[in-house]
Amino acid sequence: MNGLTVVAVSVGFGGAPVLDGIDLAVAPGEILVLLGPSGCGKTTLLRAVAGLEPMVAGSISWDGVDLAGVPPHERGFGLMFQDHALFPHRDVAGNVGFGLRMAGMPESQQDERVRRVLELVGLEGFGPRSVSTLSGGEAQRVALARSLAPGPRLLMLDEPLGSLDRALRDRLVDELGVLLRRLGQAAIHVTHDHDEAFTLADRIAVMADGQIARTGTPSEVWADPRSVAVARSVGHRNLLDLNPDGSCALGRLGTGPGTVLVRGDRLTLQEGAQPARVIGVTFRNGRTEVTVSVDGLELSLFTDRPVARGETVGLHLADEAVVGLDGA
Amino acid sequence: MTARHLGRVAAVALPAVFLGVFFLYPVAAIVGRGLTGEGLDRLTGLPGSASFRSVAWFTLWQALVSTVLTVVVALPGAHLLARHRFRGRAALRALTTVPFVLPTVVVGSAFVALFDRFGLDDGAFRMRHTVWAILASHVFFNVAVVLRTVGAFWEGLDPAVEEQARVLGAGPWRTFLSVTLPRLWPAVAAAASIVFLFCTTSFGVILILGGPTRATLETEIWRHAVWRGDLASATALAVVQFVAVVAMVVVANRLQRRRSVDERSTFRLPPHPTRRLLGANLALLATVLLLPVAVLVERSLSVGDGYSLRHYGALANRVNLLPVSALVALRNSLLFALVATALALVVGGLASLVVVHGRGWVSRILDLGFMLPLGVSAVTLGFGMLIALDDPPLDLRSSRWLVPVAHALVGIPFVMRTLVPTLRSIDDRLREAAAVLGASPTRVLREIDLPIAGRAVAVGAAFAFAISLGEFGATSFLPRQPDRLTAPLALFRLLGTPGELLRGQAMALAVVLMVLTAACVLVIESRGRFGSGVVRGDL
Repeated sequence: MNGLTVVAVSVGFGGAPVLDGIDLAVAPGEILVLLGPSGCGKTTLLRAVAGLEPMVAGSISWDGVDLAGVPPHERGFGLMFQDHALFPHRDVAGNVGFGLRMAGMPESQQDERVRRVLELVGLEGFGPRSVSTLSGGEAQRVALARSLAPGPRLLMLDEPLGSLDRALRDRLVDELGVLLRRLGQAAIHVTHDHDEAFTLADRIAVMADGQIARTGTPSEVWADPRSVAVARSVGHRNLLDLNPDGSCALGRLGTGPGTVLVRGDRLTLQEGAQPARVIGVTFRNGRTEVTVSVDGLELSLFTDRPVARGETVGLHLADEAVVGLDGA
Repeated sequence: MTARHLGRVAAVALPAVFLGVFFLYPVAAIVGRGLTGEGLDRLTGLPGSASFRSVAWFTLWQALVSTVLTVVVALPGAHLLARHRFRGRAALRALTTVPFVLPTVVVGSAFVALFDRFGLDDGAFRMRHTVWAILASHVFFNVAVVLRTVGAFWEGLDPAVEEQARVLGAGPWRTFLSVTLPRLWPAVAAAASIVFLFCTTSFGVILILGGPTRATLETEIWRHAVWRGDLASATALAVVQFVAVVAMVVVANRLQRRRSVDERSTFRLPPHPTRRLLGANLALLATVLLLPVAVLVERSLSVGDGYSLRHYGALANRVNLLPVSALVALRNSLLFALVATALALVVGGLASLVVVHGRGWVSRILDLGFMLPLGVSAVTLGFGMLIALDDPPLDLRSSRWLVPVAHALVGIPFVMRTLVPTLRSIDDRLREAAAVLGASPTRVLREIDLPIAGRAVAVGAAFAFAISLGEFGATSFLPRQPDRLTAPLALFRLLGTPGELLRGQAMALAVVLMVLTAACVLVIESRGRFGSGVVRGDL
């Protein structure tokens, strides 16, 4: 088994478990995104892998070697904290070079490496700056540089972009993905933002209530989330509760009661299809997001066609638009 | 793993042994002697003794009156510092703190100078050797305590409540009495209980200013032990004193705990004080705090009808009264202070680490244990060492270490009180980030805890140094090695002997001690804080 293998890991403080039987694998060079709402245990999982959180059960190993009893400073993993945790008493170079000093790298090589890593994250010449003078985006890059500098076997990023504004986030997500792929860096990236997840991930693991609810490539998870919680986490909006006979305002979508997903990206507006009334129009990212109502059943979809509120349109469900889900 | 384990054991053992040998054992020795044999006879005889009753009564009432006066003098200043921003606010805060760390003998000298200058040594308005002198010096000493604790608490009270009362028709005084004071009360009570404790255990100024007729429990213990060599009577009194102090500390702690009031102040833009408020306040504080100090400096320079530095120059000459010159005593004090500070930093630093990182009863015991020397009086400390550490296996009478060790014990609580909150405020994720980057636990300590707590270490060191430099109570009990006379002891002897030249030398020596300790306060006050949110909380 190459890379990280997490088997049946449980973590709990007294009562309810925070992590409950987690299985997970990250191959060398792979970027795995852990997606889930806050409080679902993502951070705890990262801390357990880093050796900062004691486990109740399970095992964590790298290249088949069990890491039980290996303290955090001997694991060779990198962890980037949510609000960076930069060392306030050291300048930028002191922060970035910290791991190199710990590894006992000769000083001359340290300077060179710090310079190169800072260049890599676009902060040439920032070495002597005090960390308290950095903007949010700069602090984030310094934290990234600090985690990358010692060349960790696995880099873990705990919502590293959480505290930044939207525009900066979008830009940094792209940069981060390019950088990690160029370095061939194995990484676990934690986020609650599905756009960020889809942008970065080779594979996505969706967490809910301390368990991994679904793992797969972004397109697999999107097309077949399998449960309501996962569907919500990845950003699906059209979740319909069916009547006991499997019907709803759109017709018979299932064989019995339950919840189905109607994929917004498989809905189109077509003359003569199922009549629906437009009740909301929002302009987003150059496309129009339309909310339509079919006998009180609300669905949202994207379209390029100009529509107006109150207008009646035809709603067409393409192939694979309806996906069955487990659970309520 | 075993090396790390050994390190941990050492970190716990060193402070524990230090505390046990130099504090708990001496205190136990006092209690042991006081409750057996001759000591017990004296102890049971105390309630029937008229002189004991009058000493006990005087100890209590002078402390009570001192406390009330201190609170009354300090409250306006607390209001000024809590509710107003003005230029020089930080400087005023720093200046008001100076008296608190001034050596007792220096404060005694300042009041002696004051009475000397204004002819209050005798005559119709005689102040020297009266209770008024004692009360005035206690106010001088403790104003800072009330100013700081009440001021900080007052700052946290939401002024919208007062504004509401004003809008509803209450005048300023009415508002203060019925709205502000009730909410302020917990802080006032806590500060007052500490001041009361300090005043009952006050030693140096009572010895200097009270004269032979004004005796408290502390000075009586000293007279019996050091002058008359009557250890049995001294232990009996010390047991009474010890029990009373422990009771007071318990009460003070109770009051302290009740202090937490959850009021979120939204108040950010405090008004400038009116000129009258600022002026009246400054005049009051200047009279109480600055006048004695100013007169002390004036007296130290006054030679005959003019002014010169002759008294300072004379410090290098030995007078018959002292085994060495005042300058040598000063050098001894500085040396002792250096050693005491180093001891306090090492022992207090280790104890702080155990308190912050350890868990369970060990850390709690160390936390509480090292606060005891602060509560128990210096006299108890010195007396305990005197009777406990003079027999084999612990015969330290002639050891050079005895004085610095006693001073370190008094300094350690201050080191811990500054270090522990700072270490606690370091975000755990900084340590975790360092660990993930490859730092072992001891490396984390060296790379994260120590550098960030560096300023707190400096503050603790400054406290320990200032305290050692001025320590009088405990030192006055320790066996006298002529060549190891400390500056406060030399000053005490100079003050107690009449003669203009000796008096002038005493004043000069007091000014030098004052400048040295005030310099420590500047270090304490100028401590900066890291601006980032990573290091949370106040130092």
